[in-house]
Amino acid sequence: MTTALKLTNLSKVFEVGKRMFGPAKALVRAVQPTSLSVEHGETLGIVGESGCGKSTFARMLVGLLPASTGEIEIDGEPLDNADPALFGKRIQYVFQDPISSLNPRKTIRQIMEGPLKHLHGMAHAARTERIREIFAAVNLREEFLDRYPHEFSGGQAQRIGIARALAADARILILDEPVSALDVSVQAQVLNLLADLKEKLGLTYLFISHDLAVVEAVSDRVAVLYFGSVVEIGPADQVFAHPKHPYTKLLAESAPVVGRALTAPEGRETELPDPLNPPNGCAFKARCAFASKECGLEPPRLEQQSDGVWTACYHPLSGSK
Amino acid sequence: MGFLSLLARNRLALGGLIVMILVVLLALVTPLLPLADPDVTNTAERFQKPFSDGALLGTDHLGRDLLSRLLWGTRLSLAVGFAAAIMAATIGAAIGIIAGFYGGRTDNIIMRGVDMLMAFPYILLALAIVAALGPGLMNALIAVAAVNIPFFARNIRGITVGIAHKEFIDAARLSGMNNAKIILSEVLPNVIPVIVIAMSTTVGWMILETAGLSFLGLGSQPPQADLGSMLGEARSALITNPHTSIVPGAMILIIVMAINLLGDGVRDALDPRLKSGALSRPMPATMVRRDGPIPTADDDALLALRGLKTQFHVKDRVYKAVGGVDLSVRPGECLGVIGESGSGKSVTALSIMGLVASPPGVITGGAVHYKGEDLIGAPYEKLRSLRGDRIAYIFQDPLATLHPLYTIGDQLIEAVRAHHGMGRAAARAHAIDLLKSVRIPNADKRVDSYPHEMSGGMRQRVGIAMALANEPEVIIADEPTTALDVTVQAQILSLLDDLRRDRGLAIIFITHDFGVVAQLCDRVAVMYAGKIVEEGPTNVILNAPAHPYTSRLMACVPELGQGRRELAAIPGLPPVVDNLPEGCAFADRCQKVREGCRAGTIALAAHGASQRVRCIAPETALPEVSA
Repeated sequence: MTTALKLTNLSKVFEVGKRMFGPAKALVRAVQPTSLSVEHGETLGIVGESGCGKSTFARMLVGLLPASTGEIEIDGEPLDNADPALFGKRIQYVFQDPISSLNPRKTIRQIMEGPLKHLHGMAHAARTERIREIFAAVNLREEFLDRYPHEFSGGQAQRIGIARALAADARILILDEPVSALDVSVQAQVLNLLADLKEKLGLTYLFISHDLAVVEAVSDRVAVLYFGSVVEIGPADQVFAHPKHPYTKLLAESAPVVGRALTAPEGRETELPDPLNPPNGCAFKARCAFASKECGLEPPRLEQQSDGVWTACYHPLSGSK
Repeated sequence: MGFLSLLARNRLALGGLIVMILVVLLALVTPLLPLADPDVTNTAERFQKPFSDGALLGTDHLGRDLLSRLLWGTRLSLAVGFAAAIMAATIGAAIGIIAGFYGGRTDNIIMRGVDMLMAFPYILLALAIVAALGPGLMNALIAVAAVNIPFFARNIRGITVGIAHKEFIDAARLSGMNNAKIILSEVLPNVIPVIVIAMSTTVGWMILETAGLSFLGLGSQPPQADLGSMLGEARSALITNPHTSIVPGAMILIIVMAINLLGDGVRDALDPRLKSGALSRPMPATMVRRDGPIPTADDDALLALRGLKTQFHVKDRVYKAVGGVDLSVRPGECLGVIGESGSGKSVTALSIMGLVASPPGVITGGAVHYKGEDLIGAPYEKLRSLRGDRIAYIFQDPLATLHPLYTIGDQLIEAVRAHHGMGRAAARAHAIDLLKSVRIPNADKRVDSYPHEMSGGMRQRVGIAMALANEPEVIIADEPTTALDVTVQAQILSLLDDLRRDRGLAIIFITHDFGVVAQLCDRVAVMYAGKIVEEGPTNVILNAPAHPYTSRLMACVPELGQGRRELAAIPGLPPVVDNLPEGCAFADRCQKVREGCRAGTIALAAHGASQRVRCIAPETALPEVSA
């Protein structure tokens, strides 16, 4: 396999309390410098809790947010940050809220024509033909094309969102919580559609979610994000089954599972670190049972442990759970 | 629902519309009417009274025909007023959209300029503009338009800021559109209704302002007539010949009244919030219109719902959100209610204490027995004394249920003192105890924090503390952990579990998550399309679901630790509750559907010793003897 997407030291710093003149009051590092690569045809899952920077990360990848540092390479070519149209043809985005990502005053046909017209400059006849192909691929009826977004259920609207991303003809899709607004009985319809499309069209996915079970079910590899940095990355079946980082273990044990007794996996008083006043060293140390003096000095680096799992921890857990 | 029929519901607006159509028609056909020349003076015939020969409305101080001058003047005043409105709306909206869309420094500079324009009294500004440009109708038009630009700019900017951060704008950007295209094709269609509303309510105002400038002699120049200059010229003869003032004055009154009534109607018809009835205030308790017999209390449960039916009556549609629900909960017991969105689980919970908004909600049947007493239709004072005292709620989003302007301590104290006459100091001490009981660190200090200063998990603890404030017997928790991260959710769930064990609380726990139900609840009820389809002990239902919907739904839930796989789905969508099918609501999605499924109502029948199921072909055979 070859590399589809390569990120080098990508990071984002937000300025808080911007003033009209002069410097901002404070800086918040939403994403620490991160390097990652995704192979062609792979699904990389990204999990993390709210505030861990996963959406900021996703928005940088599609150029909706300029990165503070770092580079994005697609198929070995560096992307020019300046032109959104160039981004659009190579990498596309599926939004979390399917209804609000569709303009309420446009018909589905007008929405679908957007990328065909502006990214590919197709003529009218070619557009109609292409929309028909895409709608067939995502199992949507063509009569939907002349309706407005509010007439659709969440699952249908999400399929329209996917259809729009496909219309751009990009090979890489960023899926930002694509099923978290949907009911479970419908969520699988969308996930299975995504799996089919990937197979048929040879797509590469970055699948962002807070739901570990969903991520595990769809991903080849999983990256766990905490406080803006990757703390663990490895094959999906390894990461949750044999977590190496204490945070991954905490996540895996917090998910409510049928047949497991209710236990609070950690002290109930803990709170997340404050982004305006980040801790020194490892961001997880205040919640970690294994924290030592070393952890407070310098943030741990991502290092390979075993069987392809990389962990940023001074005291990685041993293989058995 | 068409725009016109919405508009016509407002009688005054309809009247305004009709009057405006007449006035505009009259103004349009004026050149075709056999009228005297409005500008020809004939001093011999000056100050003729109305209804005199050859001059229906009389003549003015120069002997000019007033009817002719009135119609030509109206024509001019309307034209200038509308032109000024369109000019102000176009320029103002353009400024507002650009400021709102680009934001940041662009916004800052533009809006400060607009603020400066607004700092001058409008009439002074208009006078200054006319003074600089010289008198004349065209310049008056420019002045009136310029004075009104800030109103449009500020209005439209506010709307645009909201739209510019919507996801569909990001989506358009990813479709390769540049900013100009996004503004024209994505933002503009969404602000046009607001522009129209703002215009319809200001046209009348602008006609008045133009008339005002003409009255002062700065607008239309003699001999040309417009309504303002007619009034101005008639001023000196106000006492001796009042008809010369009354004629143009009455026309101004008619036009402005009609436009304002019409404008209000247009605003009401276009504003989506007004259309959905959101601005009508809900009643303090849900409306009750029960027909049929009222079930009696028949067991010793603490809280029991019997055949509860709640509907939403919107226009001529009836949404049967809850279609006959039976549930009961005992002290110390946790009952889970599980269902997908639209299954009626939240409406069931809100109906218990009459918290469903009315209109449009109506409870149309059944009873809710609390210690044997029916709460449906109970007097409002009775409900109020129970709400938050004996039966308390925890909602999904603590940020939306906590008041942002009061400290959490104040809100807890208020919750206590609403039901118990307790001194402020004692109530405060109690509030701190409550915060400690939900394990908020530093409770003594946190009691003075505002909701926005706390994290989501901490806020939900405050929500729980508030529910516990009066040591209730029943807590109804509506998806209390859905908005939280899993690590926080685990903390909150174990807290709730401890509380019910320590205090003997009965909990009704509404959720869509089987994992949560499995960990917390003793019994579980599964809802689909407003009805319970299956009910029983949690371990029985999770191990051997009897209703096909339950088993299919459970199969859809991905579980951690099974690796990469194809997930199960249920094809199709749940039925809409304003058009429920005959018989089983799940029949269209069920693989086991057979003839009997669509023939008549299917009862929730006992299935074994502890389970009840609403299906004629349950998944599991009847258990021999339940253990």
